[in-house]
Amino acid sequence: MILHFLKLEWKQYFRSSYWGKGIALKILMAFFALYFIVSFLSLGIFGYYYMKKEFPEQDPLQIVNSYLVFAILGDLIFRYLMQKLPIMNIKPMLILPIKKQALVHFVLGKSAFSFFNFMSLFFYIPFSVVLIKEGYDIVSVLGWFFSMLFIIQATNFLNFLINKNNIAFWIIATLTAGLIALQSFEFFDITIYSQRIFDSVVASPYLASIPLVLAITLYYFNFKLLKDKVYLDDAVSQKVEEATSVDLSWADRLGDAAPFIKNDIRLIWRNKRTKTVFLMSFLFLLYGLIFYTNPIYAEKMPAFLIFASLFVTGGFALNYGQFIPAWDSAHYKMLMSQNIRYRKFLESKWFLMVAMTAILYFLSIPYIYFGFDIFLMITAGAVFNIGFNSLFLLYAGSFNRKRIDLDKGGFSNMQGTSATQFLIILPIMGIPMLLFYIFDKFIGFNAGIIAIALVGVLGILFKNYFMTLIEKKYIKDKYAMIHAFDQKS
Amino acid sequence: MIISSNISKKYGQTEVLNIESLDIPKGQSFGLVGNNGAGKTTYFNILLDLIRPTTGHIKNNNIIVNESEEWKSFTGSFIDESFLIGYLTPEEYFYFIGDLRGMNTADVDTYLQQFNELFNDEIIGKKKYLRDLSKGNQKKAGIVAAMMGNPSVVVLDEPFANLDPTTQIRLKQLLKTLTDDHDVTLLVSSHDLNHVTEVCERIVVLDKGLVVKDIETSSQTLQELESYFAI
Repeated sequence: MILHFLKLEWKQYFRSSYWGKGIALKILMAFFALYFIVSFLSLGIFGYYYMKKEFPEQDPLQIVNSYLVFAILGDLIFRYLMQKLPIMNIKPMLILPIKKQALVHFVLGKSAFSFFNFMSLFFYIPFSVVLIKEGYDIVSVLGWFFSMLFIIQATNFLNFLINKNNIAFWIIATLTAGLIALQSFEFFDITIYSQRIFDSVVASPYLASIPLVLAITLYYFNFKLLKDKVYLDDAVSQKVEEATSVDLSWADRLGDAAPFIKNDIRLIWRNKRTKTVFLMSFLFLLYGLIFYTNPIYAEKMPAFLIFASLFVTGGFALNYGQFIPAWDSAHYKMLMSQNIRYRKFLESKWFLMVAMTAILYFLSIPYIYFGFDIFLMITAGAVFNIGFNSLFLLYAGSFNRKRIDLDKGGFSNMQGTSATQFLIILPIMGIPMLLFYIFDKFIGFNAGIIAIALVGVLGILFKNYFMTLIEKKYIKDKYAMIHAFDQKS
Repeated sequence: MIISSNISKKYGQTEVLNIESLDIPKGQSFGLVGNNGAGKTTYFNILLDLIRPTTGHIKNNNIIVNESEEWKSFTGSFIDESFLIGYLTPEEYFYFIGDLRGMNTADVDTYLQQFNELFNDEIIGKKKYLRDLSKGNQKKAGIVAAMMGNPSVVVLDEPFANLDPTTQIRLKQLLKTLTDDHDVTLLVSSHDLNHVTEVCERIVVLDKGLVVKDIETSSQTLQELESYFAI
């Protein structure tokens, strides 16, 4: 039976739609995976020596021990957000002559080998090797390492138990935030206790059996709980989201494009991936913090501050705009068979990008804290996003030929990505950076800002003219798009 | 063979199924008809222990289905495409099921031979995963898999839906031969009154979870059903 399951796993992995992607995407994804592995690995290998150098009077292992409590809590929060028990996989097995217990053991056992459990091992293993090499007692280090291994497994199974419960999540999140706050205000230092606990594991390695027992107990609880829930209307049910209708009648005032705007708002809010794009745009709002707080940029590469400023207000326009009209690919045929004007369809997308950019600009006002110059840059960036980028993204969209299935997940979903997405970055980021660089260098800061804003203003003034051009391009490419969006990858 | 006593299923306040008693003797070909929401799939799901009844229980060959899993070894079923393993090719899927039902590769190959006509060269050897087959072909694969390993009970939910006319006729033939010598108990649900009256000796009509008709199929049955549903 086990062999059967393993064979199925193997096939599932290599036949997942992940591997059907283009070679460029595969390389990109492999690159990201490699990046994470290398950063964890080097942290594990060189971390010891780095700490030894920076804090010569402290034991690196003890430093690590004192912060492990945050690593564990952070791991739990990360898992809560990202990791789900893949119980739907067993649906086809339910009507086959296989015992339910075996299915539950399979699902749980499989999760013990999930990606989430391996990630941190890329740190713990090299770090342990370095410890042994540096003359720590082998048994102690092994005891410590296995404790980590078992704690990871315990976290894994604890996550499945609390995953359905929002309250549990908020308790853990508040606890973590509280501990960090208490520590930074020096009221209470949890790291002392964390260090004591894990130091004692190093001192008496047999204590590793405690997390082992914990992991086994949590596994058993999961098993007990799931065993009686392997039913289609219970654990193995596709969650049907309750349809929520929000009153969008306010949009009716927006003229002919209103029905499309309403539709687009629903599209964004009711699909995972578009919702991620929407929520992420608020995260991009914070992007400036990385750049504005680092004096290097202000002194040596001010053009990169423009780059950041564009992202602060343009997070939504860029991420949503680059896949227009592929968001509608599933029903593109239907749209094209209706009695609608292309212009209205495009206007609606344009309106969304502009409106969101304006909202994000409004929210970016606190950046004045970093100086008026920074805020001028953000303002120029917003004008450029509204005037130039929104129109340019619409135009570039007519080159999109990759279908997007909206029901697929949000994170790390690259569906719909093609060379277009890489090419459009050049003008939408490059032009303002270049403009600023030239004018700033030869005339002055204000000239650079005005140059960027001017391009945006021109875009706004001649919007109708450009829209007509874009509309023509879409009409010309209509059949090619219909055909392309029909192709499922 | 299949004895249902006091079966009911409630979701909150709404009762979707309530069958006081329903006995299906061994070897009977049994048809379940009813409009959407009548409770057909719910009944099958309870029979296959895929959902739990609120009250009562179903016995399949004297085994209470939600207490022991022994019935699985002699029951073959197909509900819908989500019960296929999408990332397998049809052949792999058949070998997998065959393995679970004690058939080796050669057994499976011989078994599949008889379906060459039904498959119409669109399923075997096509180098396609099940998820990429058309709905009709997925259904064919699922139905054929449900009959593997000589099960004594076969449960098919809406077997005729999505099939092309030729296949519908062939499937009817297939189901008739399956129940010819009254060894196999066949349970079928359908929206197609024509097909179901042709295949089944007995037809039960469900409406809003209740048994409203229980008919021994005769030449008048189709007319009777048509007039019932015409309202």
